[in-house]
Order: sequence, then C-alpha cells, then structure tokens
Amino acid sequence: MTDKPPVNVAPPDAPNTSAGAAAEPVAPARPEHVQMQFDDSEQQRETATLGMWVFLITEIMFFGGLFVAYLVYRSLHFEAFVAGSKSLSYASGTAMTAILILSSLTMALSVHAAQTGKPSALRRNLFFTMLLGAAFLVLKGMEYHDHLIKHQFPGSTFQFQGPAQLVHHVQLFFVLYWCMTGLHAIHMLVGIGLVLWLLTVARRMTPEYHNPVENIGLYWHFVDIIWIYLYPLLYLIDRWR
Amino acid sequence: MPEKVLHPRTYVLVFIVLELLTLATASVAMVNLGVWNTIVALTIAVFKSALVVLFFMHVRYSLRQTQLTVIVGLVWLVILLSLTITDYMTRMWNALS
Repeated sequence: MTDKPPVNVAPPDAPNTSAGAAAEPVAPARPEHVQMQFDDSEQQRETATLGMWVFLITEIMFFGGLFVAYLVYRSLHFEAFVAGSKSLSYASGTAMTAILILSSLTMALSVHAAQTGKPSALRRNLFFTMLLGAAFLVLKGMEYHDHLIKHQFPGSTFQFQGPAQLVHHVQLFFVLYWCMTGLHAIHMLVGIGLVLWLLTVARRMTPEYHNPVENIGLYWHFVDIIWIYLYPLLYLIDRWR
Repeated sequence: MPEKVLHPRTYVLVFIVLELLTLATASVAMVNLGVWNTIVALTIAVFKSALVVLFFMHVRYSLRQTQLTVIVGLVWLVILLSLTITDYMTRMWNALS
C-alpha cells in the first residue's frame, strides 16, 4: 500500500490534492461517473434523489401560494368564480389531463429503460414524452387563444358576458387562471427542454449511472401532479352548478 | 440500498388506474352532488397524486430520509393551507357576535 502511488483519490489536476489526502487508504476500483465526494455509485444516486426532492418541496411551496390564493378568493367571491370556471373548456381540460398522464407513463418507462440499459428504448420513450408534452402545450395554447379572442385576459380590455356586478371578481378568477396555468406551462417548457437535453446524452446513461434521467423524471411527474390539482380546481368543481 | 427496478407492467397498471380516475372525476363533475362535488374531485386528485408519487416517482421504494422529506413537505403545505383558510373562514365571527 505504502509504495504504490495513490490512484483515484482525486484527478491529477485537482487543485487541493494535499499530502494528507494522499496518505488515505485507497478504495479499490472506482467507477469514472462517481464524483470525488461520494463513497460509491449508490450513495451518489441517493444523494441526487434526495436533493431533487428538496428542490421539488420548494416548488410545492411556490405553487402552494397560488393554490391558497385561489381557495381564499373562491370562498370570498364564490359566484364570480363559478361563472369564471364555467367559461373554461371542459373537453380541452380533460384531454390535456389524459395526455399529461400518458406522458408520465412514457417518462416512467424512460427511467426503466435507463435502469435496464436499453438506450434505444430510452431515446424512444423520451421522444414520446417530449411529443406529448408539446401536444399538451398546443392544446393549452389553443385555449389561451380562445380566451384572448373573448377578451378574457385581465386588464382594461377585459370582457365578461354575464351579470355586471360579477365582472371585477370574474377578472380576479382569470388573474389566477392565467398565473396558475401560465406558471405550469413554463414548467412544461422547462421540462421539454430538459428531456431534449437528455436525448443528447442518452447514450451515456447506464444502469450504474442514470441520475439525470431519474431526476428529470421526478421533475416531469411533479409538473404532472400540479396539473392533477389544477384540473379539478379550475375546470371541474363548479361545472355542475 | 440498491435501486429497485419495477416491472413495466406496474407502470402500465398505474397509468390505466390514473386514466380511469380522470374519466371518473370528469363524469362526476357533471352530476349535482352539492358540496360532495368538491370533496369527490379533491379526493380523486389526492389519490391520483399519491399513485404518481409512490410508483412513478418511486417514493414507495426510496430511502427513509427521502420519504421523510416528502412527508415533511406535505406537512408544511397543509400548514400553509389550513392556517390561511382558518384565518379567512373565521374573520366574520367578530362581526356576527
């Protein structure tokens, strides 16, 4: 041990390789993908997943503020929120939900393909995930277009066909509608960008190292969950009234 | 803890249940159930998101500390929702007395 040069403790060009570190006992074969601060591949993967979850918790709080605003204003201006909710497209909202759930399945299958070392299945499933995400955004865009034509965008040109005393608070409904679905759509755009990047590095993913697939998968499913709550709250709960 | 690899069949099964629940929540929304409409819609949403978290996001098979992180996050969300709603729902009590 003592006469052998230290291997794999740190890359030779690492700036802080001190004499103390060189004296440490050296682990046997160390895979190239394991960064120097981790003991092994498993510890690196678990750390990455935990870190991703901590980020997703901050995202839950980020969206949580909008959800709490929606619930409070819905209880304060109930009739206006019912009128606002009924002017959304039931068919489009339901189709978008179905598409997004299917994209979560293809994302879960992407992770499975990475875990079992099937690069072509990984690329195929990532591609479908991206396509379904884009289909979701196209439907959302058509809905936005529809609302813009009807002047259902908060501001000086806002119009509402219905009891005049509700106009102000229907406008409040649409402020929340645009903010919540808009923030969700931005997350979808980011997700599609991340999946596009994954496609370019897909061939480097192995059963031993595929943390990017796993963690971008977590992000994709999280964005799906936000929609799972937006769909009933915005489109459904006042539909029967 | 080595990574648990689920069979694709599990994912497809979860997907089918999720789509059926979407169909259920969309149909129930058209029926007049009074206050129960909101309760049913949100219960189905909670159930759907639990399926996504446990299976698609592998939390059922994750480390204890990851599971704890998820639970703690949800507890903070419940605090945010319940305390804010409690405030707004009880503001008129003074005016009434």
